[in-house]
Amino acid sequence: MIVRIATERQYRLPDETADRLNELDNEAVAAVEADDEPRFRQLFDEMLTIVRRDGQLVEEDELTGSQIIIPPPDLTFAEAKGEFTGEGLIPD
Amino acid sequence: MSVVFKSKISKLLDRAEDPSETLEYSYQKQMELLQNVKKGVADVVTAKKRLQLQSQKMEQQVVKLDTQARQALSAGRDDLARVALERKQFTQTELQSLDGQVVELETQQQQLIEKEQRLRVKLEQFRTKKEVIKAQYSAAEAQVKISEAATGVGEEMADIGLAMQRAQDKTENMRARAGAMEELEEAGAFDDNLTLGSGKDDIDRELAKLTTGTEVDSELERMKAELGAGSGADAPALGAGGDDINKEEKPA
Repeated sequence: MIVRIATERQYRLPDETADRLNELDNEAVAAVEADDEPRFRQLFDEMLTIVRRDGQLVEEDELTGSQIIIPPPDLTFAEAKGEFTGEGLIPD
Repeated sequence: MSVVFKSKISKLLDRAEDPSETLEYSYQKQMELLQNVKKGVADVVTAKKRLQLQSQKMEQQVVKLDTQARQALSAGRDDLARVALERKQFTQTELQSLDGQVVELETQQQQLIEKEQRLRVKLEQFRTKKEVIKAQYSAAEAQVKISEAATGVGEEMADIGLAMQRAQDKTENMRARAGAMEELEEAGAFDDNLTLGSGKDDIDRELAKLTTGTEVDSELERMKAELGAGSGADAPALGAGGDDINKEEKPA
């Protein structure tokens, strides 16, 4: 499975890891909905850590799309809220 | 999961037009994008230089305020010394945040440069690969494979666009802040209220005042002790020691 960390690189990860990312992602969404910034930050950082630690960097000359795109690591809480309320990182 | 995230990025991709079309026909578009990245990097460098200049000025300011505090103390003006030390603390706090921003810009500059190189490699790879695929596969298969590869490059192009947008936003913010700081500096309006920017409430402000007050108090005490030692019989560090040096310099 190919995962991209937006504004950084693409990584190749085992499919099992995707399940873990899925869980974290759901919890992160819940944290944003609960307006719990510290919790969100913690979960988001854990997602990034897993991808960077367990992932293998996709070669520079490889041309492939990503199955999952994780938002930029410098994502602010306000931006995360926008993501979930439908505004997204890119304004309409 | 990132159904949410993915869809947002897709919106970016949509906006970047059909990637395969862009890649197939629009060499100029790619060159424009790379050109934009270059400009983005130049903007970051300019902003960084400005912050560095400001940082140097503030360092000088810290030294100056420290000297002024010592002078005020020697003259028995504790009140003046306190004001100087308060300003010194404020300047040091600002200096720290400035240095942090310079580091951040440095990282961003580096990231953009790397991304630009990576995109170049991918674009080159795509051009080559396309021909190889066309030669090796049937027309239908080739079309699928080329479109897969195009998705990869398109995503890279969209991502570099996103990275650039974020870098520009940050640079813009820092520029605005640096500009505001300079104006205040020129107007001589430094006071401790400035230590806390927007977003801090009254309680934060009061707490910060307490902390700053304590730090200023202890620094004041430290300075007094130093100066006290300096005026002792055989410590030529400051003021009182001057005579000894003069005596030694006189020919015997």
